[in-house]
Amino acid sequence: MKILNTFLIALLGMSAFSSPLLADTADDRGLEIAVEADKRKNGFGDFTADLLMVLRNKQGEESTRELRSKNLEVEGDGDKSLTIFDRPQDIKGTALLTFTHKTGSDDQWLYLPALKRVKRIASNNKSGPFMGSEFAYEDISSQEVEKYTYKYLRDEPLDGEAMFVFERYPVDKKSGYTRQVVWMDQDEYRERKIVYYDRKNSLLKTLTFSGYEKYLDKFWKAAEMDMTNHQTGKSTKLAWSNYAFGTGLGDRDFDRNSLKRAR
Amino acid sequence: MCASYAGVAGEWSGNAGVEWLAFPKQALSDAQHDSYLSFSLEPEYYHEWDHGKKSFTFEPFLRRAQYDTARTHADIRELNIGVTSEWWELTAGISKVYWGITESQHLVDIVNQTDLVENLDTEDKLGQPMLDLTLVGGDLGTLDLFVLPGFRERTFLDEDGRPRFGLVVDRQNPLYENNSEDRHIDFAARWYQYIGDWEVGLSHFHGTARTPEMIITPTGPFTPPVLTPFYPQIDQTGLEVQGIFGAWLWKLEAIHNTGFDHSPFFAAVGGFEYTFVLENGMEIGALMEYSWDERDEKTPSRFQNDMLVGTRLTFNDVQSTQVLAGVIVDMEGAGHSYNLEAERRFGESWKLSLEARGVFHVEPGDFLYQSRRDNSFRFTAARYF
Repeated sequence: MKILNTFLIALLGMSAFSSPLLADTADDRGLEIAVEADKRKNGFGDFTADLLMVLRNKQGEESTRELRSKNLEVEGDGDKSLTIFDRPQDIKGTALLTFTHKTGSDDQWLYLPALKRVKRIASNNKSGPFMGSEFAYEDISSQEVEKYTYKYLRDEPLDGEAMFVFERYPVDKKSGYTRQVVWMDQDEYRERKIVYYDRKNSLLKTLTFSGYEKYLDKFWKAAEMDMTNHQTGKSTKLAWSNYAFGTGLGDRDFDRNSLKRAR
Repeated sequence: MCASYAGVAGEWSGNAGVEWLAFPKQALSDAQHDSYLSFSLEPEYYHEWDHGKKSFTFEPFLRRAQYDTARTHADIRELNIGVTSEWWELTAGISKVYWGITESQHLVDIVNQTDLVENLDTEDKLGQPMLDLTLVGGDLGTLDLFVLPGFRERTFLDEDGRPRFGLVVDRQNPLYENNSEDRHIDFAARWYQYIGDWEVGLSHFHGTARTPEMIITPTGPFTPPVLTPFYPQIDQTGLEVQGIFGAWLWKLEAIHNTGFDHSPFFAAVGGFEYTFVLENGMEIGALMEYSWDERDEKTPSRFQNDMLVGTRLTFNDVQSTQVLAGVIVDMEGAGHSYNLEAERRFGESWKLSLEARGVFHVEPGDFLYQSRRDNSFRFTAARYF
């Protein structure tokens, strides 16, 4: 068995695979890839970025959203994030605070500036669209390893680069997906394409990542994420800019009081 | 887009809106009208510096109304300086503070006076002068301490305004229990904590009541009496509890108040909001809240034994379409009311809102009887800048 596996790994060009563990099954192998990808994302501390969201309907009509994102890494749990809405103007000052958790549902608060009201929101709507876009809350929230189970499928080139292709299955029953197929490059363990299947296991959406850039000589961040909904013909482009790491953010920048100051 | 984390350089934003308030039924009073046009402007200047640790906010508000001199009014909603540090935050100046979790009424929320000429839903507030010190204690929760110098009178519509009480409110001559009248310095404190799926708030307010008692005052042998607002000194303790269980949000607000009509009373509102998501992404919320007030028929509000049944529809579409609709039923029989609020963005910077409100099945003697002809539609078109 071991010999066979070793043989398989060699055959599939897995020499770059750094884990000392040997994958016994496709499940283990898928998990190992996810763990390695997560390990490479760890240690960023905090980062901020600006987002431009372009929503496109079937007729090609566009509307845009501007947001800012602040993120804090939390040891032993999911990350904290604060999303601030800048445009359209009528939702300016609205802010969403999320504490993601490795297991169980996330904690979320929404700040409504007109009423100065901080509202706790039930985070069971993870399959719901984020700001009318093709991204669901669960697509943009912190992707923790524990949120899925995995199955390695195959190695395959994409745009001439060697990829791992694996499937992941959301643990949370409230997820809008039965499965996601992920293409991840073998050199840097960056997501390059994700195909989403809805609860009826029909093809729903495709997300592609492009314009990866390296920050702090270690962390890869995509400049653009394009989500196409195959069932509705609508699409959303998420353009990231002004990435800044080590900005000195702390827990106090991610509490209920900080929502009121979020501009 | 605001580029750096160093702070938001001084910037103006806000909105300007046109509002049309229409009443299909003829008014009870000849002085009132069937259609009211008005214009509002609410700009906001915000500047922050020192990496967001210091801020300055200025938010004036102005409404110019076609009829009703009381509704043409201006206010400073906010004019304050904020300083933030690791363990505390300080706000000095005119500001707005919101406490509470329920939808049908806002029992615990007491710091700011209600701007009642804006809307009967009591969600519009006047700016309150305050010194607000927030102590952030991590696992111990957050403690908010307030010194509130200067009292703001509740705003009331004039004789030609609509909807209003059966009698006109004498806005010029309010009465106070305390000799320092509107110069009384009030104090408030609120402790708040969040533990996983539970949130708890405990507050206390000492000072001039925000909700006045209405005293019927004769004006002469041939003129109708007027309502004189009387503001007693009160002590009010408030409790907020919220539990989140998957799609369920359970809510409770309760107050204990001494000072009203010289006898202490309890009041509470509690219920749930259950939200589910349709396959197309639309969220549907089902709301139910029960309100109870120990003062029973003597309560100056209508919530003495009432049930709200409502729904919140969040379309999650590009135009951020939202609808909130509900019926408040008096559990003791007559005097029900309905409320519908819908809003949708048009283009990038316009927002249109519709509000339909009214009463049904009211009988003489109900608190709502005076509103029996005041079923209304409110259309608002606002441009955001």
